[in-house]
Amino acid sequence: MDEWAALGDRTRREIFARLAVAPSAVGELAATLPVTRPAVSQHLKVLKDAGLITDERAGARRIYRVEPGGLSRMRAELDSFWNATLTAYKRAVEEPGTTATPIDQRTQQFRHPGDQP
Amino acid sequence: MTQTTEPTTVHAAIEVDAPQQRAFEVFTRDFGAFKPPDHNLLQVPIAETVVETHVGGHIIDRGTDGSECRWARVLAYEPPSRFLFSWDISPSWGIETDPSRTSEVEVTFTALDAGRTRVELEHRHLDRHGDGWDAVRGGVESDEGWPLYLDRFAALLTS
Repeated sequence: MDEWAALGDRTRREIFARLAVAPSAVGELAATLPVTRPAVSQHLKVLKDAGLITDERAGARRIYRVEPGGLSRMRAELDSFWNATLTAYKRAVEEPGTTATPIDQRTQQFRHPGDQP
Repeated sequence: MTQTTEPTTVHAAIEVDAPQQRAFEVFTRDFGAFKPPDHNLLQVPIAETVVETHVGGHIIDRGTDGSECRWARVLAYEPPSRFLFSWDISPSWGIETDPSRTSEVEVTFTALDAGRTRVELEHRHLDRHGDGWDAVRGGVESDEGWPLYLDRFAALLTS
């Protein structure tokens, strides 16, 4: 499940939003949410697998916090896409009559596994 | 070339040795010539990319077998200074048919002198693509919810 799909669930969005405000342990989250502690644990696992949060042991407790890389992955893809596009554009606009040459493969991460090569 | 500002926006800019009018024309007319070839949702290679030059038009990839992919809507077409289009591609690399869940790209062309132009690009509202982001914004109490959340998140991204 990717980060966007992981946030498609209302309870997980709520958990994610709370962790963005303050890192928390599973018990603290469960105490203020209308779901059971095992359910919170399951949601935390999905968020963690999607790369949206991380956890860290603090004594007897495990503290969950937002992993800033989640949204920034999408940003990084688009950064790379636009940088590549503008670089090729500069070549095209500064060389009248020539067609831009294909650029490198930096945008390949846009593809789904199983897409056409 | 790109800078980080806020988490839901991507900026890019470049200066080119071309007059403003030509800079605009090449960007819109020849978009398919410099767009990365891997940017393709069709099942076959792209034969041409067409930018329709009116509001309400589309950016269309046409495949070598005649198939079409309309992956953007033209929201503003104001030669020689501004071009605005939607980004109807979901993070999972498919066409997003719900306009409320698409981001937008604004490209502005500023003449620096008679033969040089600065092209600035802003790809904004990335949060619209996520099923969850709107709901988070609406569903969390305002004073300690979304604004604080975004501030914290922005701080994390830049720390």
